[in-house]
Amino acid sequence: MNLPQSSLSSARDDLRTEPRAIRLVIIAIAVIFLTVFVVLPLVVVFAQAFSRGIGAYFSALSDPEARAAIKLTLGVAAISVGLNLAFGLVAAWAIAKFDFRGKTFLISLIDLPFSVSPVISGLVFVLLFGAQGYWGPWLQSHNVHVLFAMPGIVLATIFVTFPFVARALIPLMQEQGTQEEEAAISLGASGLQTFFRVTLPNIKWGVLYGVLLCNARAMGEFGAVSVVSGHIRGETNTMPLLVEILYNEYQFVSSFAVASLLAMLALITLVAKTILERHLDEGQFPRGD
Amino acid sequence: MAIEVKNIVKRFGAFAALDHVDLKVADGELVALLGPSGSGKTTLLRIIAGLDWPDAGELSFDGENALARGASERHVGFVFQHYALFRHMTVFENVAFGLRVQPRAVRKDEAGIRARVRELLDLVQLDWLSDRYPSQLSGGQRQRIALARALAIEPRILLLDEPFGALDAKVRKELRQWLRSLHSEIHVTSIFVTHDQEEALEVANRVVVMDKGRIEQIGTPGEVYDNPATAFVHGFIGESIVLPVDISDGCVRLGGKALNIAAEGAASGASKLFVRRHDMQVGPAGSGALEGAVRHVRSFGPIQRAEIALSGGKTVIEIDAPRERELRPGDIVGLQPRRYRIFAARE
Amino acid sequence: MSAAAARRSTLPGFGLTMGLTLTWLSVIILIPLAGLFLKTSELSLDQFWGIVTSRRTLNALRISFGLAFAAAAVNLVMGTIIVWALVRYRFPGRRLFDAIVDIPFALPTAVAGIALTSLFAQKGWLGAPLAELGIKVAFTPVGIFVAMIFIGIPFVVRTVQPVLIDLDVEIEEAAASLGANRWHTVSKVILPSLIPALLTGFALAFARAVGEYGSVIFIAGNLPNVSEIAPLLIVIRLSEFRYADATAIAIVMLVASFLIIFAVNRLQRWAQVRIPAH
Repeated sequence: MNLPQSSLSSARDDLRTEPRAIRLVIIAIAVIFLTVFVVLPLVVVFAQAFSRGIGAYFSALSDPEARAAIKLTLGVAAISVGLNLAFGLVAAWAIAKFDFRGKTFLISLIDLPFSVSPVISGLVFVLLFGAQGYWGPWLQSHNVHVLFAMPGIVLATIFVTFPFVARALIPLMQEQGTQEEEAAISLGASGLQTFFRVTLPNIKWGVLYGVLLCNARAMGEFGAVSVVSGHIRGETNTMPLLVEILYNEYQFVSSFAVASLLAMLALITLVAKTILERHLDEGQFPRGD
Repeated sequence: MAIEVKNIVKRFGAFAALDHVDLKVADGELVALLGPSGSGKTTLLRIIAGLDWPDAGELSFDGENALARGASERHVGFVFQHYALFRHMTVFENVAFGLRVQPRAVRKDEAGIRARVRELLDLVQLDWLSDRYPSQLSGGQRQRIALARALAIEPRILLLDEPFGALDAKVRKELRQWLRSLHSEIHVTSIFVTHDQEEALEVANRVVVMDKGRIEQIGTPGEVYDNPATAFVHGFIGESIVLPVDISDGCVRLGGKALNIAAEGAASGASKLFVRRHDMQVGPAGSGALEGAVRHVRSFGPIQRAEIALSGGKTVIEIDAPRERELRPGDIVGLQPRRYRIFAARE
Repeated sequence: MSAAAARRSTLPGFGLTMGLTLTWLSVIILIPLAGLFLKTSELSLDQFWGIVTSRRTLNALRISFGLAFAAAAVNLVMGTIIVWALVRYRFPGRRLFDAIVDIPFALPTAVAGIALTSLFAQKGWLGAPLAELGIKVAFTPVGIFVAMIFIGIPFVVRTVQPVLIDLDVEIEEAAASLGANRWHTVSKVILPSLIPALLTGFALAFARAVGEYGSVIFIAGNLPNVSEIAPLLIVIRLSEFRYADATAIAIVMLVASFLIIFAVNRLQRWAQVRIPAH
């Protein structure tokens, strides 16, 4: 992103730059646009959250419903991220370290949740588990609750966050090739030994990156979870759903207070993502020469 | 550990990487698999290691079927062309790896492992690097560590895949000699793959020349150089002059003109005459089977290399002659092949 | 001692990992999707057509697709300006602005939804001045438009950025030395080579905006036929237990989105043939 600049090359740059007035206009438009559309919304969240003072902010967060929502969100995220991490590792191993036909098709299938609207992601589970769904009656007769309960929320969240870890790992592992693993095998290591001692340390930044993005999406998912959760207060409301409910009840400070937690999560995720990207770019180890 | 390869076939789609290959390697030998890219030499090496599997054929180590086991159980040391060192481990841990993953029953204790690693690092003279990471080493150092790592498991067979291919010329020469002396110290049956004939001839006890998935010739470096069995071997090893000739009634013709050289039992038909550059004797005009005009002369050391345009055609050949009789551009000379081979022309 | 097993791989674990992958994939993705298609197939063509062409559905689709297209178009233009400023110019805070481009992508949609609503409401920081000018944003289609612009911002910028960074300096210099003025160079040399990336960014922003729910439903009025987006209609039909209706609308959305992305990919390839990347 940094154009090479030295006094010697300034003449070269003159050929390639617009007149000053135009430059200023372009920069101004970009800055104003981003400020209006990105900075202000972010600021508004915190402004509204603290609009009745710090006391109101913290009491909103310690409300039992808020605490239940936070607990549910954390729990759902932990399960989804955990399962998708395991899946991502297994799928990346199968795809990156072996040759087989249909690989592109398989990767497209894994990518599917990305191109589907969140509401549709929730819809598919309603069709299966809903009261009039394919398995609905059977579930009801066995008193098993999938929708309007945690299992449904977990399923929908797993669906929408499915590709994150795999997508982070597959290109990384493909780039790293199979030589080190072959070396390990030739030295007598078993498959598991090879994976844990050789492969895993090499992909650790990729794993962190995938987990980070997966977690951010899992905690922030709204559309899909909204469809399957039933909005049962204190039980099946994740943080995003609680934000909606409080907002619709005009409890703005509480709504924005919970929203501010999610906004902070987003900011932390972005910072961590930038740091991890730098690690992923420069390879993983400092160059000695 | 003696190796026997019997009738191995390996195909990638329609392409035959190995086409019915037979090979026997005696215990303690240092053998080179030599050939151009695509000759199948690396494929054969990987099959012996267990990193690839043949479509047909047998492989045995000391009479035991080796194909019954995977790479991790064959006790074969493999050195990769690009070293394949574990980038996140120190040099010490790299060399120790094979010892650390052994099953508990056989594994040495920590002190034993350390001692063995030290021993190996001493052997490759790099003990002072044991805390560094692979990215901090030079190419030559990395290769020596890769070798030490492979030797740590006390392999019965050592396999090296173009071990010096990624290094520059000077380092390559040093490591070649080093490998040779290492082998005479350790006496492990070793096979290395190379496309560099100088390397194969300099280092190996025996050379296996391969092309297009088949073995063209197996022999000592001297045999392969002096008595090439096929046109390919003659052309691949050493520098040769190749002339298209026609054999009929025991007579050798070049461009229609009969040459005054014996056909030596070659079959009739289109053939190729192979002569080494230094086996072409130069004399005054009319003194040899061939005649030509000198176009250009380069001298270095005791040799002069002359570019000669053969008369009666457009063929230009390069010969090496001793400096005694100085050649000059424009000289008309007679050329007589002292030693030569005639092979039937192949498509 | 006979020939080896025909197909064995060097590294172990293929069977196990592939098996697990396919199983997990089926359970989480394929079976739910199969349910979707199964439900669709239960409808006769007439029924399907009836649902899809009902007035309310058509309006919802029109609003979703139409406004998403317009928003993506705005992002195309603004994204180009933004990425140009970020890559080619130096100004204080450039790094910061570069970083915040990702925020619409990272921010949970519900948070974005209420923030935008608050901002553009009648008494909001931006809504108030706009109201003075007679422009009402919140609870109108304009609000939907604004929310869709918000979520599409990163797509054009991030897709075009690497291409612009890698652009060959010499091509511009050649154009300049041949006498082209700056505007010519930019419009005839540089922008054309960005077209594939621009189209990709547009398609991604468009696809995202069409399916967007959380960011939009707060600021939209959600009045049927006026400011009701298709995803909302799906949710409403589900709550009415009209599963078939919901499914039909979903299928239309899916198919239309895939078709549009397919068309854009085609357009991209055409652009790449006519204006090959350096």
